[in-house]
Amino acid sequence: MLQRKIPLAMVFVFGVISTLQYFVPHPLSQQYYDTMLKWMIGVGSMAIFLALVSFLRHHYVRLRKKEHAPYSAVAILSFLFMTLVGFIGGMGPGSVFQKMFYYVQAPLQATMFSLLSYYMASASYRAFRAKSFEATLLLITAFIVMFSVTTFGNYVPGVPKALEWIMAVPNMASKRGIAIGVSLGSIATSLKIILGVERNWLGG
Amino acid sequence: MRDFLIKLASLNRTTIYLIITIGVLLPLVVPLNLGQKMSPPTERLYTFIDTLPKGSHILLSADYDPSTLPELQPMLEAIVKHAVLRGVIPIVMSLYPQGTGLGIQACEKARLELGARPDTDYVILGYKPGFSAVILGIGEDIRKIFPTNYSGIPLDSIPAMRGVKNYNDIALVVSFSGGSTPFAWVTYANTKYGQKIASGITAVSAADFYPYLQTGQFIGALMGMKGAAEYEYQVNKLLEKEGFKKAKSVFAVRGMEANSIAHFLIMLFIVVGNIGYFLTKKRREA
Repeated sequence: MLQRKIPLAMVFVFGVISTLQYFVPHPLSQQYYDTMLKWMIGVGSMAIFLALVSFLRHHYVRLRKKEHAPYSAVAILSFLFMTLVGFIGGMGPGSVFQKMFYYVQAPLQATMFSLLSYYMASASYRAFRAKSFEATLLLITAFIVMFSVTTFGNYVPGVPKALEWIMAVPNMASKRGIAIGVSLGSIATSLKIILGVERNWLGG
Repeated sequence: MRDFLIKLASLNRTTIYLIITIGVLLPLVVPLNLGQKMSPPTERLYTFIDTLPKGSHILLSADYDPSTLPELQPMLEAIVKHAVLRGVIPIVMSLYPQGTGLGIQACEKARLELGARPDTDYVILGYKPGFSAVILGIGEDIRKIFPTNYSGIPLDSIPAMRGVKNYNDIALVVSFSGGSTPFAWVTYANTKYGQKIASGITAVSAADFYPYLQTGQFIGALMGMKGAAEYEYQVNKLLEKEGFKKAKSVFAVRGMEANSIAHFLIMLFIVVGNIGYFLTKKRREA
């Protein structure tokens, strides 16, 4: 029972104090704020440690399954290798750790993301059809935006202005609406958590 | 002709991938030298940094990992070079662990190509966990969040950090991100401390940031490969003028040419796909 009550009480107390603190310029309030910032950074560091433990545990379990074992073995070995290299040779400029990052990890990750252009080309060819009035409108807008974000777009009169208008009027109106909705939702959810109405974060 | 168009509209995936590969590779091998014209958000950021007094500080936060490196890394490198050329001191940090290495790489280029001196012409702070707490903490005292630089030297011993306590001493923060991190800089650094913010963002997320440009919460922004190419092109002109011809980089400019061709091909695919769709529909109805 206390396992649920203590976290709920802590969230309520710190939630209320932190909200009030924002509006109180007293030195005591500032001291509380500084201490909280230190705690937040400390908790953030612990979260990284937890993530590492979780990563290793997840892949250790998968090692027992034949179909996943090779991938998990590579993940664990890569993790151990980078950790060892970092501890032994350091992470400064010119170190093996940095070379591994620049010449192995960075190209691999960048390549994975770049593959999106192939999927986009294939998907737009198959799925982007002027089936209705709305779809046609979307198609025309997409054409203007796609053309104006190319280098050629800058040199065709009227195209940069058309892009500015699309981004500054219809796009901005919808983005503002979404942003206001999300912000109000965040405030409501925060209040529900502070007041103990929303308890999903406790798990179970 | 009709049969040909219908056939053209049913290309298989391999053919599409092959055409895209050729379209992307060609401008990388044979440069088109199209030149770049600055768009208003790029121009605003460039002019802001260009007109800062010598000895001013700008905080560059490499809030990304290598997955968005092709778009964001040339932005960071161009801004570091621009700042060094103008005598403005870039302080490079990251809210992402992997951003540290990318920040170091950008500064290393400025060191090797422009002769910039670490801890005098630029400072690398590295990564600190805590996200919003880090942004808020810098507003109080940067030394409480980063007592030392990336190499472990106390900030008090670093000449470039003299007189820098919090956002009051930092002219601009630029957050480079493939996600929503620039929002956090606006929420915590701009709203609470009045800090001027700009961003370097991927093209896919550019539309999300327009409201912040319009309100002035971002003083400028580099949007996707286009923004990177525009800034890089402008910095190249400056490098040439200052006698650093060898320090010129064409990563984003060439990338943008490849990007432009890829966009054209995608537009062409959409047109061909639609022609095939309407012809097939007409045939079925007949």
